[in-house]
Amino acid sequence: MLKIMIIGATSVIAQETARFFATEGAEFFLVGIPMDRLTVIKDDLIARGAKRAEVYEADLTDFGKHPQIIESAVQTMGSLDAVLIAHGTLGNQKAAEASVEVALKEINLNLLSNISLLTLLANYFEQQRRGCIAVISSVAGDRGRGSNYVYGTAKAGTTAFMQGLRSRLAKSGVAVVTIKPGLVDTPMTADVKKNFLFAAPATVGKSIYLGMKKGKNTVYAPWFWRYIMAVIIHIPESIFKKMSL
Amino acid sequence: MTTPLNRLKQYKSWGRYPTVEHKAIHQIHWRSDVPDINKFEETVLPYGYGRSYGDSCLNEGGILLDTSYMQQFMAFDAEQGLVRCEAGISLEQILEVIVPHGWFLPVTPGTKFVSIGGAIANDVHGKNHHRAGTFGCHVTQFELLRSDGRYICSPTENVELYQATIGGLGLTGIITWAEFKLKRIPSPLIDQEKIRFANLDEFFAVSAEMDQKFEYLMSWSDCLSGESSMGRGIFMAGNFYDPPLGSEPIANKLKPFVPFDLPSFALNTLSVKAFNAVLYRIPLGKHVRSIVHYEPFYYPLDAINNWYRLYGKRGFLQYQLVVPIEGDNEAIREVYRRIAQSGEGSFLVVLKTFGDIASPGMMSFPMPGVTLALDFAFNGEKTLKLLDELDVIVREAKGRVYPAKDARMSPENFRAYFPQWEQFAHYIDPKFSSSFWRRVTASANGR
Repeated sequence: MLKIMIIGATSVIAQETARFFATEGAEFFLVGIPMDRLTVIKDDLIARGAKRAEVYEADLTDFGKHPQIIESAVQTMGSLDAVLIAHGTLGNQKAAEASVEVALKEINLNLLSNISLLTLLANYFEQQRRGCIAVISSVAGDRGRGSNYVYGTAKAGTTAFMQGLRSRLAKSGVAVVTIKPGLVDTPMTADVKKNFLFAAPATVGKSIYLGMKKGKNTVYAPWFWRYIMAVIIHIPESIFKKMSL
Repeated sequence: MTTPLNRLKQYKSWGRYPTVEHKAIHQIHWRSDVPDINKFEETVLPYGYGRSYGDSCLNEGGILLDTSYMQQFMAFDAEQGLVRCEAGISLEQILEVIVPHGWFLPVTPGTKFVSIGGAIANDVHGKNHHRAGTFGCHVTQFELLRSDGRYICSPTENVELYQATIGGLGLTGIITWAEFKLKRIPSPLIDQEKIRFANLDEFFAVSAEMDQKFEYLMSWSDCLSGESSMGRGIFMAGNFYDPPLGSEPIANKLKPFVPFDLPSFALNTLSVKAFNAVLYRIPLGKHVRSIVHYEPFYYPLDAINNWYRLYGKRGFLQYQLVVPIEGDNEAIREVYRRIAQSGEGSFLVVLKTFGDIASPGMMSFPMPGVTLALDFAFNGEKTLKLLDELDVIVREAKGRVYPAKDARMSPENFRAYFPQWEQFAHYIDPKFSSSFWRRVTASANGR
C-alpha cells in the first residue's frame, strides 16, 4: 500500500486529501504542530481505513531539523511513495507592507521552508527513482496582485522551483505535482468574505488526490481556476495595475 | 473565530420558512477549540447542515455555532460495531466508512445529509422505528459543552443531561462528539416489497402483520382521494438482503439510482393528483418484489440536491403528527378529510406506525401510534389556517407535532403536546436559545 508523508498535516486541505488515500488503506507519516491535533487526525485516518499512521511534531521554520524529519519518516516507514507539502499561512498583506520582519517571516515559512524540504526530498526520490512529490502552491502565485503580493511571491517562487524540479526528476521517473488551489473555505480564509468562487475543502482534496494518483504536472483545484488564471495572466500590466484585485 | 456571515452557506432552514438574520456565525474547526460560550453577549445555537425544516435550527439576532466543520472520526470498532466521531460528521460520511465493513446505521432518517449532532438533538427516527426505536436509543455516550463546563453524558453518567439532550433541539449545550452502536448487515442491498392498500381501513388491518414481517416499513399515501379510498397508498417494505451462500456478489452491479423523477412542473392540486395516481399502477393485493441498493430505498430525495427549490421562493411547511392508534382512528381520518377539503395538496405523504420502544430522550417526538408526515407549499394564511385546524385534531387525540419540522405551532399547542417541557427547561443552558424555543414558550396567544 501507498506510504505517504504529509508535511503540514493539520491543514484542512491536507486532511481532506489524506481521507481519500485512507479509504485505500494507505500508510501515513504525519508532520506538523501541535501534537494533539496530529493525534486527532491520526485517529480519523485510521477509522477511515488507513493501515497505519505515525505522527511527528515539528516546527517547520526550524530548517536545521528538516533532514531529521525526512530521515525519521524513511526509517519509520521503510520507504516513501509520496509526499505532500501542505503547510503555510495566508498572512496579513497590510502588516507585511508595514514591516520587513513580517514580510520576510511570510517568505520564510511559505517559500524558504519549501525549498529546504524539497531539496532534501528531491535527492531521496531521485535515488529511489520513483514516487511523487506534491506541493500546495496557489493561484496567487500565477500573478502578483496588490492585495496579497507577499503571499503571491512565496507561491510564485514555489511554483518556479517545482517547475525546475520537475524537469530534473523527470529523468528519474519521479512525478512532481504543483497544486494551485483557488479560494477554499478553510480556517485560513475564515476572515475572508465568502462568495460563489469558494470551494469546499473536500472538493479540493479530491482534485489533489486524483492529481497525485495520476502524477499530473499542475493541478488547479477546482479545475475552473485554470481558465480564470489564463484570463488574469493575460490582462496587460498597464490595465492590471489599475485594477483592485 | 467569529466571522462575517458566510455567503457560501446560507444558514437557513430546509423549508426556507421562516428566514431570519443572525448576528454572527462562529465556525468550530476543532473539538478542542470550542469558544467559551460566556464571552458572547447574545445567545448561541449549534447549526450543522440546516436540514431541520422550520425554525428549530435558527436563532434570530443571535449566534450560530457551525459544527459542520468538525468531521473527525475518533474510533471505529469494526468488530463490535461501535463508532465514535465528532458531531459535524454527516450520516453520508459514516455510511461510506462502515458499509464496506458490513455495518449500517442503527436508525436513519430519510436523508443522509444530517449531522450526528443533529440526529441526536432531534432524536431522529426512520423506517425501523417499530423494531429499533429512535437514533437516541443507540447512543452510548457523548460530550456536551455548556457555558458551565464539559460533561460526558451516557445512560449511566450525567443521566439527566443525556436524556434532555436527546431530542433537546440543541438547547442543552453543544455536542462535540458522540458514540453509537451500529447494526450488522449481510449486504448493502435491500430485499424490497411494494404492496398496495386500498384505504386507511386496509392500512390499519395489515400494518401490524407487516411490522412483524419487515424490519423497514413506511408507506406513501394519497391525501386527495375520496372518502371510500381515503388514505389509499403503498407500503414500501424491506429487509436487508442476505445473499445465498456461494452466490456471486451483486453488490457492485447494483449502483445507487433514483427510482423516480420528480415532476418539474409547478406543484398544484393537479400535479399532486397525477403523481399520486402513478403510485397506484401496482395492482391491489399484488406484491412487487425487487432487490435494490440501500440508497434509493432510504434516501430517494437525496439524489435531488436542494429539492426545497421545487417549492420556489415562497418555501414550504412540513407537518408531522403522531396520534395513538385507537378505535376507528377517527383523528387520522379527520386529518385526511380536512386536507382534501382545503385543496392544499401535499406532495409527499408518509404514513407509518410507530412502535413502543421508548427513547431515552425527554423531549423525543415519537410515541406509540400512527404518524403522518406532510408537506405544503407555503400559501400564506390559507396554509397556516389549515395547519392550525390539524393541530386541534392532534391535540384532542392526545398526539404530538414534530418540533424539528415545525415553523408555526402555537405555544398552547406545543405545551399540550409536550407537557414535560417545563421539566426539560431546567436543563437548557441559559446561554442557548433558538427561534423555535422563544416562539413556543412565548406567553399565551403568541402568534
